[in-house]
Amino acid sequence: MSTGELKIEDLHAGIPGREILRGVTLTVRSGEVHAVMGPNGSGKSTLAHVLMGRPGYEILSGTVTLDGIDLLSLPTWQRARAGLFLGMQHPIEVPGVSLVTALTASRPEIEPGEVGADAGAGDVSERMRSEAKRIGFDERFLTRSLNVDLSGGERKRNETLQMGVLRPRFAVLDEIDSGLDVDALAAVGRRVEEATEEWGLGVLAITHFRRLLKVLKPDVVHVLSAGRVVATGESELAEIVDRTGYAAYTGVGP
Amino acid sequence: MRERLFTLSTFAPETAAALPGPPWLRHRRTVAAEAFASTPLPTEKDEVWRYSRIDSLDLDRYQTPVSPDLTATDAHGPPPSDRIRALVDGLGPRSGLIVTVNGVLATVASDVGDDALAIGRMTEHDEAEVLLGSIATDPTDFVLLNDAFAADPVVIDVHAGVTIEHPVVVVHVITGAGGDAVFPRTVIRGGPSSVASVVEIVVDVEGGLLAELPTRGASSVANHAEHLVVPVTEVQVADGAELNYVSIQSLGPATWQLAHQVSTIGADAGLHSFAVALGGSYARLRTDSALIGTSGTSKLRAAFIGRDDQMLDFRTLQDHRAPKTTSDLLFMGAVADRSHSVYSGLIRVRRGAVRSDAMQTNHNLVLDEGAHADSVPNLDIQENDVRCSHASTVGPVSEDQRYYLESRGVEPEVAERLIVAGFFADIADQVPIAGTRAMIGQALADRTGVHGV
Repeated sequence: MSTGELKIEDLHAGIPGREILRGVTLTVRSGEVHAVMGPNGSGKSTLAHVLMGRPGYEILSGTVTLDGIDLLSLPTWQRARAGLFLGMQHPIEVPGVSLVTALTASRPEIEPGEVGADAGAGDVSERMRSEAKRIGFDERFLTRSLNVDLSGGERKRNETLQMGVLRPRFAVLDEIDSGLDVDALAAVGRRVEEATEEWGLGVLAITHFRRLLKVLKPDVVHVLSAGRVVATGESELAEIVDRTGYAAYTGVGP
Repeated sequence: MRERLFTLSTFAPETAAALPGPPWLRHRRTVAAEAFASTPLPTEKDEVWRYSRIDSLDLDRYQTPVSPDLTATDAHGPPPSDRIRALVDGLGPRSGLIVTVNGVLATVASDVGDDALAIGRMTEHDEAEVLLGSIATDPTDFVLLNDAFAADPVVIDVHAGVTIEHPVVVVHVITGAGGDAVFPRTVIRGGPSSVASVVEIVVDVEGGLLAELPTRGASSVANHAEHLVVPVTEVQVADGAELNYVSIQSLGPATWQLAHQVSTIGADAGLHSFAVALGGSYARLRTDSALIGTSGTSKLRAAFIGRDDQMLDFRTLQDHRAPKTTSDLLFMGAVADRSHSVYSGLIRVRRGAVRSDAMQTNHNLVLDEGAHADSVPNLDIQENDVRCSHASTVGPVSEDQRYYLESRGVEPEVAERLIVAGFFADIADQVPIAGTRAMIGQALADRTGVHGV
């Protein structure tokens, strides 16, 4: 069980000409689940992509560290190798590249064909099959092109599967719940929850809806509005937001 | 009109006339050579030569093989060199083999009886005079040059109703220190209701990419022999016949190629063709496929990867002349370094070719800033009740795809190579002849720098 933290401090970022995140501060510790809720346009997905280093976004100020490592100075692939994972809201199709090819290439230093340094490591394909079973992902997709011809729900399961195989220290899950039916949501939520215990995964779960958080119990809930964390609380906060909406928070001035 | 850069001293009608062969062939050569000599060379101003490098062609740099000794080889001639044998054996089981060396037949071997399959020297075929030029009926510029100087055309004639189990392999070996003009000529006839496969390889044994794959940027053009290779392949798929045809161009990096593949597809017949272009300095392939019988189908595929300063140039014609015909073209390429590719294709649906279905797709990946790809689709539809579609893309490796893989921890260079290999994965699976699939997959992977993917 690892201990560590993903620490975001006063992060200002956006796209050229537009500041979207206007001072985000929060810390996720290993084994914790943090939920980030907020209305459309509050900056949730920007936060996810800025953390992973998606091209097109720029950092204006602030810091992000993973166990003390300055993530923002690293290219995307090194952030991933440092232990950050992003489950994307819209996973991208990569024709002709299979999941097994991508995951093998993602950890070339571990031979032969083994991914993740943690216990439970095995052959990539074996790990993939076992992870697929845990979340009800059709094994036939493992050797097919990444995300090509997958439904929205299958893509989310695929993201969850990759998280399970790669065993990151921290996972940012950007609307991992969208497109999933009730059963799939339960399976995905359970898998993430179990990861927090299996290897102390720290989770930053971005979501619109509380239904995910019924399965994946958050330790901390943050409400993001207009690029700032305007409220932080325990899991009850999610219930309050669910009942009353974001209006009470979006009006909060600087 | 462009002034001739050459004197025609080497490509003179007298030289063509002096090549060995029966009187009808010698006459044919003379007529072609005279026609070639009396028409101006094409220029880049001509629409079909737009974007090409034809203005830089200097025919005086090359010489034709003078009166090759055709008696030196026969059906039981010397075996091909170890290198060619290894190449051919790598393709798996075959039903026949033809090897030419600098345009002259060197080896013929067939595992199938003469009553089913006739392969070998064209002039020894009973219908030689009818077959040669029967498909390439409208010869212009370099087809004329091939007509004039092809020293030793070869034929693959699959008789009616016959199914040939394994492919017939034709290897045109280009060899020598450089300066040779070589004119491979192959006529393939799939007789009515026959089923057969042909693999045709044009390879420079010294500098060709299948022989020795140069690593990116490491090969110096100056170290490689410079030849001019003008292959013409005529393919006739008769009524009810099925023909798979794979062509692999593996020339040296300094060589020029001006190739033509011309096919006719009869009623209820099908051609499935796949061309791979790897080498050459300027390598052009013109593919004309005419659907002349009702319900014929032509499936045309090509994959190519440009490197260094080379230019790969593809011109296609899907010519629908009969009702209910189908053509389905997919050409996919990548250009790296300072290389350049051209795809220019025309779908023509002639009057009367009702209920025809034509598709033309060309996708290009541009891997480096100095590289360039042109893609020019054209339609000429003279009939109403038809379905035609075309699509083309030219662009760099998708930033989103790269980001997705990098977000999983894949290094940028590896991510790019995976994406490029993935780009070719689907088309590489469509290689119609099983034995060539692995070789083509490997050649493309080597060319993109990806191994074991």
